[in-house]
Amino acid sequence: MSDYNFAYLDEQTKRMIRRAILKGVAVPGYQVPFASREMPMPYGWGTGGVQVTAACLTPDDTLKVIDQGADDTTNAVSIRKFFERTAGVATSTHTAEATIIQTRHRIPEAALSDGQILVYQVPIPEPLRFLEPRETETRRMHALEDYGLMHVKLYEDIARNGAIATSYAYPVKVEGRYIMDPSPIPKFDNPKLSNTPALQLFGAGREQRIYAIPPFTQIVSLDFEDYPFEASKAPHACDLCADDTTYLDEVITDDHGGRMFVCSDTDHCETRRDAGYRGRLAPQEDAA
Amino acid sequence: MYVAVKGGERAIDNAHALLAEERRGDPAVPELSVAQIREQMTLAVNRVMAEGSLYDPDLAALAIKQARGDLIEAIFLIRAYRTTLPRLGHSNPVDTGAMAAVRRVSATYKDLPGGQVLGPTFDYTHRLIDFALAAEGEAPRAPQAEPLGPVPRVTGFLDREGLIEAEPDSDATPRDLTREPMELPADRALRLQALTRGDEGFILSLAYSSQRGYGRTHPFVGELRIGEVAVEMEIPELGFAVEIGEITVTECETVNQFTGSKTKAPQFTRGYGLVFGQSERKAISMSLVDRALRWEELGEDNTGAPVQDAEFVLMHADNIQATGFLEHIKLPHYVDFQSELELVRRLRAGAQEAAE
Amino acid sequence: MSATPLLTVDGIGKSYGARIGCADVSFDLWPGEVMGIVGESGSGKSTLLGCLAGHLTPDTGHVIFDTTADGPRDVLAMSEPERRMLARTDWAFVHQNPRDGLRMGVSAGGNVGERLMAVGARHYGQIRDQATEWLGRVEINADRIDDKPRQFSGGMQQRLQIARNLVTGPRLVFMDEPTGGLDVSVQARLLDLLRGLVRRMGLSAVIVTHDLAVVRLLADRLVVMKDGRIVEQGLTDQVLDDPQHPYTQLLVSSVLQV
Repeated sequence: MSDYNFAYLDEQTKRMIRRAILKGVAVPGYQVPFASREMPMPYGWGTGGVQVTAACLTPDDTLKVIDQGADDTTNAVSIRKFFERTAGVATSTHTAEATIIQTRHRIPEAALSDGQILVYQVPIPEPLRFLEPRETETRRMHALEDYGLMHVKLYEDIARNGAIATSYAYPVKVEGRYIMDPSPIPKFDNPKLSNTPALQLFGAGREQRIYAIPPFTQIVSLDFEDYPFEASKAPHACDLCADDTTYLDEVITDDHGGRMFVCSDTDHCETRRDAGYRGRLAPQEDAA
Repeated sequence: MYVAVKGGERAIDNAHALLAEERRGDPAVPELSVAQIREQMTLAVNRVMAEGSLYDPDLAALAIKQARGDLIEAIFLIRAYRTTLPRLGHSNPVDTGAMAAVRRVSATYKDLPGGQVLGPTFDYTHRLIDFALAAEGEAPRAPQAEPLGPVPRVTGFLDREGLIEAEPDSDATPRDLTREPMELPADRALRLQALTRGDEGFILSLAYSSQRGYGRTHPFVGELRIGEVAVEMEIPELGFAVEIGEITVTECETVNQFTGSKTKAPQFTRGYGLVFGQSERKAISMSLVDRALRWEELGEDNTGAPVQDAEFVLMHADNIQATGFLEHIKLPHYVDFQSELELVRRLRAGAQEAAE
Repeated sequence: MSATPLLTVDGIGKSYGARIGCADVSFDLWPGEVMGIVGESGSGKSTLLGCLAGHLTPDTGHVIFDTTADGPRDVLAMSEPERRMLARTDWAFVHQNPRDGLRMGVSAGGNVGERLMAVGARHYGQIRDQATEWLGRVEINADRIDDKPRQFSGGMQQRLQIARNLVTGPRLVFMDEPTGGLDVSVQARLLDLLRGLVRRMGLSAVIVTHDLAVVRLLADRLVVMKDGRIVEQGLTDQVLDDPQHPYTQLLVSSVLQV
């Protein structure tokens, strides 16, 4: 693909994106407007994440791409291929080997380390959007820290359902200042946002926003004192690797109500199975 | 027995192969050439150039071929390609007053200097399927007239009498929507950029809604002109502007409802549309929407009409943004759905306990 | 009475082009006092209220408020965040139309709780208890706490708006025709309720109305406005029983004849 610049975008565009990233890092949780470009994949399919990744990639990087926690879902495959072709960088499915991880809807199970960058694909960056549809008004609310409405929403949840009925894209407060949408990760992943050594970057292509959580930033999920935030998951262990601490996908196995639960993080699950762990329904023949 | 889903990669490759086969259709039918699309599907090519924001008929024709005739998909291909092009500089504003017009009509004057020139228009055709076109035949010939030189503007006549609001000249560099994020409130230059590359159907429907009373501005088409204009670029090494090519554009200026006050005599106001290629439906729509969006500066009431709501119009006009986000709900959402599933189960269990 | 007025209005003026909204308006409001601003529609009273409450920016003058934290401050010179903070702590605003002052899609409890949460309340049970208590105070049954305002009658909506405003214990309440748009019998009940709350909480208030019955019942002092200017001010009974200005005389006589 010598027709295209390294990682598709031209250098000036990358510089523009890097400036937005730096501003985001300097003001954690603040949504920085940036001139998002049309990319060869549609808006809503990760264009924000792809642009952030393209701006961060160097030829020495190792890239991992996941969607729903898995390396082999179609969209993850497509984005990984895109960078293999346009940047020629090494790719890996192992969380620990990757220097840049682009993700849609999950944070890997394995703890991230110093020097890693986690890039989130973000559909709607504005946590207040469904309470207030006007961008002009939500920007003012952020500027004035006028966040009462956000708690009204949580209050209404409890009044109606007896619990906060937000299970993903659960809003957080960044370092005591900005309220932020962590992208549609399950709330199970929220605690992993906080105080991590890795740099977390969020790109929303269609909405033209970039924001960031620098390493070791304090992230608090919004809640009430008497209805504290809870990082919940299905009350099962993985049926393939027996891990009972991970986020699980539910798989329907037949039409008589049969189902099994498997790790949504495929790399984590495979690593466990390679180490000899066996879940309830793991094929026995390849047991070590 | 389930083992973690694999094979996404092979599925994608196979789907692409099938797509290529379907694109070609029946191999017994001769393949379309890019030149055929460029020459015979010109209005489609024009739309793709306009909404793709890239003036290149060959590339637009190729995109239409690759997209199997899906124009939004073709626009998308053009936009993505446009992203990769380096920006070498910018041209001077094109002078549409010096246009060599192939079509030029005014709805406000029966006759005027330069005349009414119909040009290639569907306007007065009867919309009857022409079965003769199904048979191949000789190319028809139209009688030739002398090409039209520069013709004066209708709004210029009104302006000389002070009957229409003045449009002050400005040398300020407008912001560039393709290089900077949309920021609200957006000035008129930015709004016009968003409109000219906005979805034709969306802009049309907004304009239509204003005609039906949702943000009405009583427009007349002062002038619609289509033709080639020269694109000139200042070359710093030379110190003067040189012509680097010619492009076809459609320009529409509407003359609208007048404003005035006790201290100011009434004057007509303007709406403006300028679009690549022969795209007159789009240009007229654009000029109506532009005018409706100016309610605030012209001291009109906000009636709550969608076309008056700049944020609503500008944030939803781009069909590449719209189609991408719309179609992304086809992508897997297992994780989010799973967490909703857990939540609903827990809430239902709680409700059941409470009931017992 | 304290030695510092709660609110000092000094030379407030606002024009809309050549038309005067209000001009040269000055008065003091003392703690615990209720000021009525009366005049016919177009007299500038709503423009004045908008200028005082920070919804409009006046062209001239000062609005000095005795803040809890820093003593007297010019509200117009405050930054937007400071003014918003003031609006959700020390101040309250009751709109004529409850739809402007309520969130129609949020439950009654959420409406009352919003101000508490905006100033940092984070205990659901306590927020709910306070909301329940306030619904009781404005005579709304506790079992309506999870209903939305659009299921309420006009009088109930207005009472809910009052509860939502008073829950954080403001020191100054602005009211814009609080009984406008309600039936006469509903008006009487609402006025009664308002009078009880104002007296019990020792609230200071500025009430704009064209209805002299409202000020007769609620206001300690009156300001009469015509063509954007104050034509007369004084104690309510004094102004209503012995009007000096011809316009006030006209206003009073036209009402009393009804």
